[in-house]
Amino acid sequence: MFANWRAGAALLLISLGWLTPAQAVDIQRWQTAHGAKVLFVASHDNPLLDVRVDFDAGNRRDSADKPGVSDLTLTLLDAGTDALSEEAIKARLADLAAQLSGSSDIERAGVGLRTLSDPAQREPALALLADMLARPSFPAALLAREKAQMLTALREAEDDPAGRGERALRRLMYGAHPYALSARINADSVRRISRDDVLRFWRAHYTARRAVVSLVGDISRADAERIAEQLTARLPAGADALKPIPPVSAPAQGGREQLLHSGTQTHLFLGMPVLRRDDPDYFPLLVGNYVLGGGGFDSRLMKEVRDKRGLTYGVSSHFSPMEQAGEFEIALSTRNAQADTALKVVEDTIAQFIAEGPSEDELAQAKRHIIGGFPLRLDSNLKLMGYVSMLGQYDLPNEWLNRYPDKVAAVTLAQVRDAWKRRLSLAALSQVRVGPKPAP
Amino acid sequence: MSQSLRLGAVLSLSAALCAAPVWADAPQEATLANGLKVVVKVDRRAPVAVSQLWYRVGSVDEVSGITGVSHALEHMMFKGTPKVPAGEFSRRIAALGGKENAFTSRDYTVYFQQLANHTLGEAMALEADRMAHLNIAEADFASEISVIREERRQRTEDQPTGVLFEQLYAAAITANPARQPVIGWMADLERMRADDLRQWRERWYAPNNATLVVVGDVDPKAVFQLAEQHYGRIPAHTLPARAVLPEPSPYGERRLTLKLPAQQSYVALAWPAPRLSKLDEVDPYALDMLAAVLDGHAASRLPRTLVREQRLASSVGASYDMSGRGASLFTVIATPAEGKTTAQLEAALRSQVGKLAREGVSEAELARVRTQLKAARVYEKDSMFGQAMKIGQLEALGFSWRDDAEIDRRLDAVTPAQVQAAARRYLTDDRLTVAVLAAQATPPGQAPAAPLTEGGAHVR
Repeated sequence: MFANWRAGAALLLISLGWLTPAQAVDIQRWQTAHGAKVLFVASHDNPLLDVRVDFDAGNRRDSADKPGVSDLTLTLLDAGTDALSEEAIKARLADLAAQLSGSSDIERAGVGLRTLSDPAQREPALALLADMLARPSFPAALLAREKAQMLTALREAEDDPAGRGERALRRLMYGAHPYALSARINADSVRRISRDDVLRFWRAHYTARRAVVSLVGDISRADAERIAEQLTARLPAGADALKPIPPVSAPAQGGREQLLHSGTQTHLFLGMPVLRRDDPDYFPLLVGNYVLGGGGFDSRLMKEVRDKRGLTYGVSSHFSPMEQAGEFEIALSTRNAQADTALKVVEDTIAQFIAEGPSEDELAQAKRHIIGGFPLRLDSNLKLMGYVSMLGQYDLPNEWLNRYPDKVAAVTLAQVRDAWKRRLSLAALSQVRVGPKPAP
Repeated sequence: MSQSLRLGAVLSLSAALCAAPVWADAPQEATLANGLKVVVKVDRRAPVAVSQLWYRVGSVDEVSGITGVSHALEHMMFKGTPKVPAGEFSRRIAALGGKENAFTSRDYTVYFQQLANHTLGEAMALEADRMAHLNIAEADFASEISVIREERRQRTEDQPTGVLFEQLYAAAITANPARQPVIGWMADLERMRADDLRQWRERWYAPNNATLVVVGDVDPKAVFQLAEQHYGRIPAHTLPARAVLPEPSPYGERRLTLKLPAQQSYVALAWPAPRLSKLDEVDPYALDMLAAVLDGHAASRLPRTLVREQRLASSVGASYDMSGRGASLFTVIATPAEGKTTAQLEAALRSQVGKLAREGVSEAELARVRTQLKAARVYEKDSMFGQAMKIGQLEALGFSWRDDAEIDRRLDAVTPAQVQAAARRYLTDDRLTVAVLAAQATPPGQAPAAPLTEGGAHVR
């Protein structure tokens, strides 16, 4: 069997044939009366239900003079409703064994709920979630406490060289673009946030028309419809359309920054804005990245920097596709004295990959891995939820998920080489270095 | 490569395969003649399988001078055999669409693959090959041990909480090897030799010191057959006697003040606590329930009182793991809220613990934790990897996967009086170690003045 593992084409066909019919995910979609998008996957294997309600309320919707309002708004949703205090909410969640989780990133913010699907637990938990989204009371005293918490978190983040580097890189890559706002939250901006800022943000962004409700679990379609209505019917009306997110104008020459940080290692970051969700180069860039630095131990960066030279514990490259150009980023850390050596190996590896692209064998290997491993991406409700809610967020069709393996299989060597040459360059990568001052 | 292995394998299933009684949804197990135990749990939600090979060896089996050897060996297991060159393991699993990696803890070393169910046999061939035939080349070792030192720098030395926990264990535990970091002290990583790993492997890597756990859309009989085919020929060997792991009782409070170039302060409290050695003990279950009362759900006691009511902490957590083979700690760790000092926070934490001993916990608090446990038993079924972990842990720690239900029953049966008695017995001032990491406003960018994490033993 292993003797012919190199015979890529044959294996590819087997993988595809095995995957497509059985694995197609049945994602049902509709709109609520108030215009919220709903995506639902019935999964009756276990008696549990996962629900997410997401909004276009991530950091990109902050204002430039007070970044942080978006995070604070999300954080305060469970700090009290018109009917219940913070402690009452937490006690009820605990008694229902429901798990509530807020999540926010640059593009979206939302609340997830995991509950048993038995109506005895499910119904009160969902009623609570609906109230938190539509009737938050944003108590002033708790706003003060959560602002203090954010200040602590900001200080704690200063102790983490990797986090410092990521934020600095983001500022270099995106400049004044809203995609850099998450990296511009600072103690001063947090202190200036008022309750009115939070209220205004909630009214403008937590609206039914911009809500994406995703449900995966052990409920019927009829229940799913009723739940989606319940979660969105009382949300703010929010008449105004949000400003479109402008395209990213990435400079041809990346910026450089050195941050001083005590430690035994120097952290290195390279990155540039590249990939949109609807990008025509989406698959050639992603499949190529498996070869360069996305494939873990199977990638060139890991082989060159870690396996051959022992310079780092881990190095990888990734694309974050977003509505506008999301980042391509490489990160690693190495003992201070060998930072220059490691950086040189990384740069040489990237430059060679951009210039020459992968070999036929490497491309075949990347496809085998991505296609063969596709079912692993969908083997739990939680993983499914990640994809389902993403499809809703970016208005992608079910086909996007169900035809993903076909799209990967169709990528050609010429497409990968061409896309990488056109879209990436060493010069355009911004660079951040975090560590002690290099010896003179 | 594995063709020969496959053809040469003994295909007949002997009487050595003694299948366990079967009931719905329950795992099935078989033990090969060489002692390898195989546990299979069927989960047909997706055409995938997770395969984990658990070796019962970890840092609690290590002695001073070679700390980190279990973890170093784990790294070297990807460096090839006579039939599978270095790097090929990962490449072949990747070609199958699989994900693979490994991890080492105090108690065990685990190698895992997640892949399409029909490729399980190929993964097993590779895993069995390296169990029997690992080649530890000097040059590969020299490069990989430097990777491991980078791992230690990244995850421990340059992380304030990494240093804090390492120092807390080393201070709160006197003699038991659970005091040693899993990754090993830097000085040991500096002088470790390939021969240390070879000897370690010869001592511990044998089918009779391992459990294979498979969860997924598989047929248990077919998995037992594959296991026999790939592992059946690997001989068992006599395992060294496990050392009795000593730990003298503490003689009084211990205190640790950590100086690190950090902006965030921490206070950590730790008490030596019993581990579960037999199913019918009481205190480990009581301490486990206590940790959940303190920090196990949305309304748990410590965040409510210290973060939300008194606003002394910005975060607080309690933790206890009853399942280790070595010494265990009951820990409470917190960060001060804006404008609060570590002294204020420490006083508040100690007052909370004192209250536990005086007043215990309420039946309502325990009922709430039981509700969480009941739901968690449903939630955990969503992850195949998690299900395999649970089985593997019980087996590697000397229990059986069958004990899972009994452990749950005993947790559910814990009473407020038992919790209070355990708090009184174990969470006392004389058994306490306090570690304070006080923020040091040093100018950024200075390299640390002195090595802070090797107990002064930094070699280079």
